[in-house]
Amino acid sequence: MANIVIDKIKKTFGSFEALKEISLEVGDGEFVSLLGPSGCGKTTLLRIIAGLETETSGQILIGGTPVNGLAPKDRGLAMVFQNYAVFPHMTVFENVAFGLRMKKADQNRVKSQVDKAAALLHIEPYLDRYPNKLSGGQRQRVAVARALAVEPKVLLMDEPLSNLDALLRLEMRTELKAVLQASGTTTIYVTHDQTEAMGLSDRIAVMYDGRIEQIGAPVDIYSHPASRFVGGFMGSPPMNFIRLPVTNGTVKLGNMNHAVPASVEREIVLGLRGENVSLAPLAEGLRLDVRVAEPMGSHLLLTGTIANQPVRVILPPGESVKAGEAIGLKLAADRLTWLSPETGLALNHPSR
Amino acid sequence: MQNIKKTWIPYLLIAPSVIFLALLFLLPLIQTIWLAVSEGGAPSLANLRTMAGDLNFRLAIRNTFLLALAVVPVQIVIALAMGSMVAKVDGGRETILWVWTIPLGISDLAAGLLWLSILQNSGYLNSLLFSFGLIERQANWLSYQTPIALFFAIAVAEIWRGTAIVMVIIVAGLNQVPKEFREAAEVFGAGPWTRFFRITLPLIKPALQSALILRTVLAFEVFAVVYALGGTNMPVLVGEAYTWQNQNQNYGVAAAYAVLIMVISLAATLVYLKAVRVDPERLP
Repeated sequence: MANIVIDKIKKTFGSFEALKEISLEVGDGEFVSLLGPSGCGKTTLLRIIAGLETETSGQILIGGTPVNGLAPKDRGLAMVFQNYAVFPHMTVFENVAFGLRMKKADQNRVKSQVDKAAALLHIEPYLDRYPNKLSGGQRQRVAVARALAVEPKVLLMDEPLSNLDALLRLEMRTELKAVLQASGTTTIYVTHDQTEAMGLSDRIAVMYDGRIEQIGAPVDIYSHPASRFVGGFMGSPPMNFIRLPVTNGTVKLGNMNHAVPASVEREIVLGLRGENVSLAPLAEGLRLDVRVAEPMGSHLLLTGTIANQPVRVILPPGESVKAGEAIGLKLAADRLTWLSPETGLALNHPSR
Repeated sequence: MQNIKKTWIPYLLIAPSVIFLALLFLLPLIQTIWLAVSEGGAPSLANLRTMAGDLNFRLAIRNTFLLALAVVPVQIVIALAMGSMVAKVDGGRETILWVWTIPLGISDLAAGLLWLSILQNSGYLNSLLFSFGLIERQANWLSYQTPIALFFAIAVAEIWRGTAIVMVIIVAGLNQVPKEFREAAEVFGAGPWTRFFRITLPLIKPALQSALILRTVLAFEVFAVVYALGGTNMPVLVGEAYTWQNQNQNYGVAAAYAVLIMVISLAATLVYLKAVRVDPERLP
């Protein structure tokens, strides 16, 4: 077990700045996700922590020890790769035992550690087989077992579920969470899938363009995005952004006037989560012109326009709204995000 | 009706190549075998007996095997080293590979003559050694009196000429191995040599097997380089076949040599297929 301190890590490839002085602290036993679109630098950061890539400047400490310049094997970590990287020419047993064999652990310890990891990941029946005969999900279990068998101080995972089909991904996600909670290993998890990050993490670091855009607990990031990028990236459907005119420090939402942060003058952007609305009489609520209504079973998804700007909102499944109708919406006043139209940054963010 | 037509199309398309090979490969092969084991139209072991009784026979077998034994392992090791090195190169990789494969484009006789110009009495090597004052007069490297130097010279020329094809196969094999395998091994504590021997080498087994078979079969057929550098000073199997065919005008004994070379090549291939067994279950 160990904490990780990432201090002003910078990485340039030629003239391209892949990481712009990233700082991040991960507590002992904490699960932190690096979430962002492809090309945001999340995998580069993970590979620098692993020692597979060298930082241009900055420092990394694992358990208080600086690891810059150390070989991956001397950093006390294990890693799970996106394409599993389970060795095809070794049996599942030898794969899981690989790290221990490299450490010259004695046969008894190898056996007991492999059995333990195999039991945790439910791969005991396959120990004698070759990975070739296993499904993607089983191979990923082997990869996770291989990582846990060495009892690493830190576990790094690089999009471990993205090669699995949707159903299996959901199942593995739940299982991964249970396994890692049980082992209490400090984990950094790279993903571009926001539901994965939400479900698994203690904290999420949303990355964009080589920077950490926002870091916090999943619910905080979801409800209080620090910027337009974070709001738009998190959640499905993504957050709606509606440009509204400001008069005397308020905006008109239907027949209600809502005070907005004082710093803006003419216009403000309202960040609205699709589920933070309820149906109201057209005369009272904010007018939504419905273009498409999709009953999804668990909810009713409406696509349309508010003040001529495209939005998606969610209503309870029982409501009956049809395409072409105009409806009124009441907004949950305490769950609104206000953003600057110029910078795209949140104006009422708790951290500001 | 259409289905019947369709099933015939593949065979129709393949037919020219099959006929071509049958006419120009299978037929001569059968004829050669018959030539080797017959005399005056009747089955006979006379040719084989003449071959085995010849003065040069044992020498040719010994030299051919020694050459194969000296050349093939060195070529495999060099090709593995070249392939591993070029894998680490980012810029100019294609250029390096291009330069390395130049010997592939040179015919073996030309390669032999090229090395002759270096190693003959008035060649570049002697000039160089002389200019450094290391030798007092032109040294003779390629005569029957210096069999070890001659063997060494032929081996070096063969290695120079034939390593490129091994490297091409091995580089192709290495390209098939995702870098994550090596990275995973590195993270879990394997050093560079362990990574090479326990991860990379087993994963390129199919390429290694192909390279070994191809190179060994070619090594048993070594001729032009030997002929260019040593003339008849170092008898090898194909050289003997050539001598019996052209100088002695004895086609039967020449055919016997040809059949012997084929049998040796087949045997070597079988040995490799068994020894470097590729289990499809253990491939990525």
